[in-house]
Amino acid sequence: MITALPILIPLMVVILLLMVGRKVYWLKLIGISGAFLLFLASLLIFYTVRQEGILVSQAGGWPAPYGITLVIDLLSALMLLISSFTAFLVGVYALKGIDEKRHRFRFFLFFHTLMMGVGGAFIAGDIFNMYVWFEVMVMSSFVLITLGSEKQQLEGGIKYVTMNLMGSFLFLAGIGLIYGKTGTLNLADLSMTVRESDQTFLMNSSFILFFMGFGIKAAIFPFFFWLPSSYHTPPVTITALFAALLTKVGVYGMIRFFTLYITDINPFWQNLLLVLAALTMVIGVLTAASQYDIRRILSFHIISQIGYMIMGLGFYSAFALAAALFFMMHNILAKTGAFLVGGLIQEKTGSFQLKSIGGLFKEHPWLGLFFFLPAMALAGVPPLSGFFGKFFLIKGGFEGQHFLTTAIAIWVSIVTMFSMIKIWNEAYWKPAPKDLHQPASHPLRLKRTMIVPVAVLGFSTLLFGLSAGWFMEVLQEAAQVLKQPELYIEAVLKPV
Amino acid sequence: MEIMLSIITGVLYTAGVYLLLRRSLVKLILGIIFLSNATNLLIFISAGMTEGKPAFVAKEGAEQTGQMADPLPQALVLTAIVIGFGIVAFTLALNYKYHKQTGTYDLDQVKETDKV
Repeated sequence: MITALPILIPLMVVILLLMVGRKVYWLKLIGISGAFLLFLASLLIFYTVRQEGILVSQAGGWPAPYGITLVIDLLSALMLLISSFTAFLVGVYALKGIDEKRHRFRFFLFFHTLMMGVGGAFIAGDIFNMYVWFEVMVMSSFVLITLGSEKQQLEGGIKYVTMNLMGSFLFLAGIGLIYGKTGTLNLADLSMTVRESDQTFLMNSSFILFFMGFGIKAAIFPFFFWLPSSYHTPPVTITALFAALLTKVGVYGMIRFFTLYITDINPFWQNLLLVLAALTMVIGVLTAASQYDIRRILSFHIISQIGYMIMGLGFYSAFALAAALFFMMHNILAKTGAFLVGGLIQEKTGSFQLKSIGGLFKEHPWLGLFFFLPAMALAGVPPLSGFFGKFFLIKGGFEGQHFLTTAIAIWVSIVTMFSMIKIWNEAYWKPAPKDLHQPASHPLRLKRTMIVPVAVLGFSTLLFGLSAGWFMEVLQEAAQVLKQPELYIEAVLKPV
Repeated sequence: MEIMLSIITGVLYTAGVYLLLRRSLVKLILGIIFLSNATNLLIFISAGMTEGKPAFVAKEGAEQTGQMADPLPQALVLTAIVIGFGIVAFTLALNYKYHKQTGTYDLDQVKETDKV
C-alpha cells in the first residue's frame, strides 16, 4: 500500500483541485498541503526501505512478470525524497512567484500531475508502465511551459514539445522491439532474461533506442538543444521545477537501465557514455560562458552537469555510481536554489539580463548570500555539496583509470566557477547601471514565502555538503543494490 | 501481411521525418502524428502477429484449439494510441495559440528564444 503513495497522493490532490474550481485561495491551500503530504510520504517510504529493503507491490494482485509491478529500492526512495522535498519548496515559492492568472489556470493541478508522473517513473517496475509515467510527466510539463501563452513561451513550447515527443517515440519503439525479442516487459524479468541469454548483442538495437529516448529527456550532448531554447521562457518558478526534476528523471532511467541490463563492462557502452559525457560537459559549460541572461546561463549549466552524472555512470564502479547519485542529489538542490534566486533578482530589478542589473550586494547583502551558497555549490567550493560530489566523481575516475575524462571534468569545473563569478560580479558587485529600474520605480518588497524556500535550499546545500559522509554511506548502499541486480530480481520475482 | 505492414511502417517513418523537417508548423504536427502511428505499428508488428485468432482463452472445460493471439501488444498499442490522441490535441491547441499570437506558421520565424 505504502508503495503506491507517490502516485496516489498527487492523484487525490488533482481530484480535489478539480473540485474547487478556480478559487485561487483553495487551489493554493490544497496544492501546497498536497506537496507537503507527498514529502512526508516520501520520508516514510525512505524510512521503510532503510528498515525492510526493497518494497514491491503487484497492482491488481497478478504475480510479477504478468501484472504491473511497483518497486521501490533505495535509489527510488532517495530520488522520491529529494524530488518531493525540492518540489515542496518550489511550491511554497510559487504561492507568490506565480501570478494570480496562472494560479487561476490551475498551476497547482499541473504541478501535481507532474509530480505524479515523476513519482510513477521512479517506482515503475515495468518498462511500459515507466513509459506511461514519463508521458504523464512530459504532458504536464508541456502545459506548464506554455501556461499563460506568452509569445516566448509558445515558441519555446514548440521546440520543447517536438523534441520531447521524439524522445518518447524512440523510447516506445525500443519497448516494442524488446517485447518482440523477449516477450516480457517487467524490468526484473527482462534483466534475468538478458543475463541468461548468450546473445545479448541482439538487445543492442533496443538499448540504443532507450539510450536516445532517455538522452533526449536528460539533455545529453547531441540531443540537448531543446533545453536552452525553452527553459528560460516560462516564469522562473516553473523553470526551477523543471530543472529540479525533468532531466534527472531521464538520468534516473539511464542509471536504472544500464545497471540492470549492461551487467559486464562492455567497452562499446562505456566508451559511448564517457565520450558523450565529456562532450556534454564541455559544450554545456562553454556555451554558458557566452550568455548574459541569468536563466540561460543556468540552463546551459544544467546540461554541463548532466554530463557529470553520465560520466559517473560511465565509470561503472559502485563508488563512481554512488558519486553520480550524490552529484545528482546535490544538483537538484543547488540548481533549484540558483534558479529561484534568479527569480528574486528579477522581482527586485525587473530583469534577468546581467547587463542591465547591478549593485545588488550593496542593497541586499542577504540576497547575495542566498545566491552565493547554491552558485558556489555548483562550482564546487568546499564545504558545499558540489565539492564533495565532484571530489567523489574524480576519485572514482582515477580509481577506474579514466584519466582523460576526469581531467576534462576538472577543467569544466573551473569554467563553471567562471560563469558563477560572472553572475556574481555583474549582478552583485558591479555598480548599478544608470538606466536601471531603481527600487523606487519597483517598490515591490520581496515576499517572505519567496525568500524562505530560497534560504532553505541554500542552507540545505551547505548541510548536504557537511553531512556528505553519512549521505555517501547511504548512497553506496544504494549503489551496491544497483550493482547486484540479483537482489532486485529476487525481490520482484519471488512468489507472493 | 507482416511484409505489407512493415513497408507501411517504414513509409510512415520516412514521411514523418520528412514532414518534421519542413518549414510549416502544420506539417510538423502532421509529422508528429505520422511518427506516433508508425511507432504504434512497429510495436504491433515486432510483437509477432497471429492471423485470424482472437486473444481469448477458451471457456472453462472447452478445449483450446490452436494458438491464440497475444493480447499484450494490443493493449500496449491501445494505450499508445490514447496517449497519441492527447499529444495531437495539445499540439493542435499550441499551433492555434501560436498562430493567433504571431500570425505565422513559418518555423523559420521560431528563433526568438535562441538569440543570445
